[in-house]
Amino acid sequence: MGHLLRSVFEPGFFGSGPVHVAFAVGTVIAVTSAVVGVFTVTRGQSFAGHSLADIATTGGSGAFLIGINQFWGYLAFGAGAAAFMEMIGVQRRRGRDVATGVVLGAALGLAALFLYLGTQESSTTGASFTILFGSMFVLTPSTVPTLIVSALLALATVLMLARMLLLSSLSPDIAAARGVPVRAVGAAFLMALAVSVALSAVIIGAVLSTALLIGPAATALRVVKGPVRAAATAAGIGVLATWLGILLAYDSFYWPPAGRGWPVSFFVVALIVGSYLVTYLRPRQRQVTTQESPDPEHACSVA
Amino acid sequence: MTADLLRLDGVGVRLGGREILRDVSFSIRPGEFTGLIGPNGAGKTTLLRVILGLQPVTGGAVLLDGSPRPARDSSIGYVPQKLAIDPDMPLRVRDVVSLGLDGNRLGISLPSRARRVRVAEMLAAVGAERYADARIGELSGGEQQRVMIAHALISRPRLLLLDEPLANLDISSEQGIVSVLARLARAEGVAVLLSAHDMNPLMPVMDRIVYVAGGRAAVGSADEVVQPEVLSRLYGRHVDVIRVHGRILVVAAPEGFDDAEAVAEDAGVVR
Repeated sequence: MGHLLRSVFEPGFFGSGPVHVAFAVGTVIAVTSAVVGVFTVTRGQSFAGHSLADIATTGGSGAFLIGINQFWGYLAFGAGAAAFMEMIGVQRRRGRDVATGVVLGAALGLAALFLYLGTQESSTTGASFTILFGSMFVLTPSTVPTLIVSALLALATVLMLARMLLLSSLSPDIAAARGVPVRAVGAAFLMALAVSVALSAVIIGAVLSTALLIGPAATALRVVKGPVRAAATAAGIGVLATWLGILLAYDSFYWPPAGRGWPVSFFVVALIVGSYLVTYLRPRQRQVTTQESPDPEHACSVA
Repeated sequence: MTADLLRLDGVGVRLGGREILRDVSFSIRPGEFTGLIGPNGAGKTTLLRVILGLQPVTGGAVLLDGSPRPARDSSIGYVPQKLAIDPDMPLRVRDVVSLGLDGNRLGISLPSRARRVRVAEMLAAVGAERYADARIGELSGGEQQRVMIAHALISRPRLLLLDEPLANLDISSEQGIVSVLARLARAEGVAVLLSAHDMNPLMPVMDRIVYVAGGRAAVGSADEVVQPEVLSRLYGRHVDVIRVHGRILVVAAPEGFDDAEAVAEDAGVVR
């Protein structure tokens, strides 16, 4: 038993500082991303989420270029882009994709430029790797409180607005008629989305951050019904994938050829995608009786 | 004489420079079943949106209990024409009905016995308990209508607005919805204002008709309103009302077909 445990948890796993930080930050961000992700999928804004991630790349590479912590770059560009998308018509379903696409193209061009300039200047190819694909093991300890507080704020915002968001997705008109400030609620959600994308960019990289956002939510929505259960399941999947990813990445250092650890982001994303694919192994539950009752009396007799 | 629940006074609406509604006036008393009838594009949806406060008016007033309707008010329930629901939307039927109680509030709702019972009651009242745990996006149009009626009624509104709830339904679903509505209106004392382009399924249950065409409205009992002279004035051209096999067909002559101009001139006096 002890031998088995030792082969699962390679030497020094529980004593490693970076592992502790990765666990703490990874868990909080995974929960936030998963819960925000459920609402993102429900609202049909997965593409916006993905675009915010790509735009965050620009911010992260820009921040690296001018020498500040990448989180602030992710956050500034993500939030700015979210505000811009909201302004030019993200509230209209049809305008949404076009608006997002325009912002996206511009941002990725800039990211290419920043990354190029960054590597020219400091000759650290590791930086572009960290920005694009992240690593939970190289988090700056001083940013940890900021990351955790931001994650909790985004999570709290979405939970506060949960019912209004659901009602607005069901029908914006009903929501507006019941006094929900539909547009303001949508804008607040987009901001929470930008924050959570920036956070997952820190831990698994800007390019992969959508995986942590959409993946657990998509999996949860395939297996459970109801918003509360979906959010809880998504959070569970996100956290498990993060924990296992950290463990596997740490262990991979001891895998042959020894001495070359695999990126933690790879494991997290692989586990999330894997869990999504597993849901396809079992047939999706469909409601058996979706026929309208042909007998109008039925409705009256049960009342 | 009961006091009016809802009163529209000379309401006019312009959208993008085009006059959609002009001088529309009518009132609804508590518990009354009113049909908002008219051809497609006549402004029925706009009129419902005006009552809900979603569409600003360019003239006139909408009064609820004699005063303008406050925001965040739950005395009007609304069932929109079509929901754009993805089959993957995580809301079950019982979640949707539950959102009718407090979907406009901050925070998350805690499960409670009282809430469960109330949701179950509403589902039973509209005959939707069989699919209470299905996702809303998996249901047929008629089933979704029943669920949305339960959603709208759970907060105990005094007026229920429904936008073309019978459109695209097969005949048995249509009858099902009409009988559910008529029964709930009587049982709960809810006034119903229901828009439809075909008045026939509603004839047995309607107390009054608001007929909208050509941007104006004629109001009264079915016998008073569905008359060739009244409707010809509304449409601004010759209209025949044909009664066949107990059904009423309203047939408007093509534009420019007859003395349309002469009719249009004295069109201002429709009540």
